[in-house]
Amino acid sequence: MILNRLLRNWGNMMKKIVNSEEMKKIIDLLAKEVKVKIGLENLVIIGIKRRGAILAERIKNKLKKDIPLGSLDITLYRDDFSKVGANPIVSETDILFDIDEKNILLVDDVLYTGRTIRAALDALIDFGRPSLIKLLVLIDRGDREFPIMADFVGKTIKIKKNQMVEVKVKELDGKDEVIIIDR
Amino acid sequence: MKWERKDLIGLEELKKEEIEFILEVANSFKEVSTRTVKKVPALRGKTVVNLFFEPSTRTKTSFELAAKRLSADVLSFEVSTSSVSKGETIIDTAKNIEAMKVDCFIIRHSIAGAPYLISKAVNSAVINAGDGSHEHPTQALLDLFTVKEKFGKIAGIKISIIGDILHSRVARSNIWGFTKLGAKVTVCGPPSLIPSGIEKMGVNVSYKFEEAIRNTDIVYLLRLQKERQKENFFSSLKEYSLFYGFDSDKYIKTGKKFFIMHPGPMNRGVEIRSEVAERENSLILEQVTNGIAVRMAVLYLTIGSKK
Repeated sequence: MILNRLLRNWGNMMKKIVNSEEMKKIIDLLAKEVKVKIGLENLVIIGIKRRGAILAERIKNKLKKDIPLGSLDITLYRDDFSKVGANPIVSETDILFDIDEKNILLVDDVLYTGRTIRAALDALIDFGRPSLIKLLVLIDRGDREFPIMADFVGKTIKIKKNQMVEVKVKELDGKDEVIIIDR
Repeated sequence: MKWERKDLIGLEELKKEEIEFILEVANSFKEVSTRTVKKVPALRGKTVVNLFFEPSTRTKTSFELAAKRLSADVLSFEVSTSSVSKGETIIDTAKNIEAMKVDCFIIRHSIAGAPYLISKAVNSAVINAGDGSHEHPTQALLDLFTVKEKFGKIAGIKISIIGDILHSRVARSNIWGFTKLGAKVTVCGPPSLIPSGIEKMGVNVSYKFEEAIRNTDIVYLLRLQKERQKENFFSSLKEYSLFYGFDSDKYIKTGKKFFIMHPGPMNRGVEIRSEVAERENSLILEQVTNGIAVRMAVLYLTIGSKK
């Protein structure tokens, strides 16, 4: 009986909302949408580290074109540097092409408060003056704190503040899935 | 790893993992200086004070640029115009500046231990930019970074540090850093300029230049402080240069491939001849470039460690 209760609680604590098959389909659809809505002309793709960068690469591979691909680390642009105190880990930003007059597809895994995207926009502006920046996210979980919205959304979900959505990718986590966790 | 020190006084007290962590963070910062807009907002609103009780141009410039590329405000405190000449103690000087709400001190002093003393008296971060013959940690970190970048590792690399080991804080910090990360270090110089017992730091000692460079990956030449001649550590600059200066003759005789490093400023014609300093395997200017990235990392970590 105790075991049953434990299992039931475990079920409540973690819920899978996207499996590997579904993730593949979502990425296919997103790539098609990008192709139709902004086209491949003048397009560059930049992913936000770390999982956004991996998704960016998958989108690029779906589009099957020689599209420049970059990755962005937003740590140095965070607005909570003095608040968090302990140093967030900085990793390398890797944009080896000119972004002036380019159409940028910015990719991240989860859109939540919008603060990460705010930081990413600031960072991108330091690299040049793109023609436009469009945002693609795998999951939009709502509860924005900034006036920011995504142009391409894989899946929209509505969850409570005390819940967390976690995107897992093969390259870093061993499998592709999206789960919701109770905190 | 999480960085928890508010100060960087020397490499002696750092663990191997901490040194490796700084190098890793520095690697991420190196890219910032290659951008068109060479600035990130990480330390916006923070104030960094250069407190130099001893003259220095390049270390001060390097720290200043590093701080500015992180968007910090930088104040340079000139000792000649300061109240130190009016008899104020260094602790009072530091506390007075800290009372104006600054976040970090970069300190150079001719007396070993001065930055440590200040670090205990203030809450701000303190970074040692060279104290007496004790340590110059950021120089050693940028040297380690440069070697790691060239060889992809530090463990097993052979480095010969040549010159005035006795008075050199650069040598001391480098010995701590390179030995902790598993390099094989040889020090070389005239017997009067090699401190007795230095073997205890885990280095080999050689008194012959030719022997020290025969089988090494890196020749690290130290700047010979000319004023030491007055103290009779060697008989003349010319003699020093003849035995320990790196010229083409000594270079060709080795017939081996190695990299040349120097902490600057170079005394051309004393410890290094121009024809050697400008060879393609000289890493001297890369060291200067890497200095910015390493100092950005150190500023980011020490200032960021505070709540």
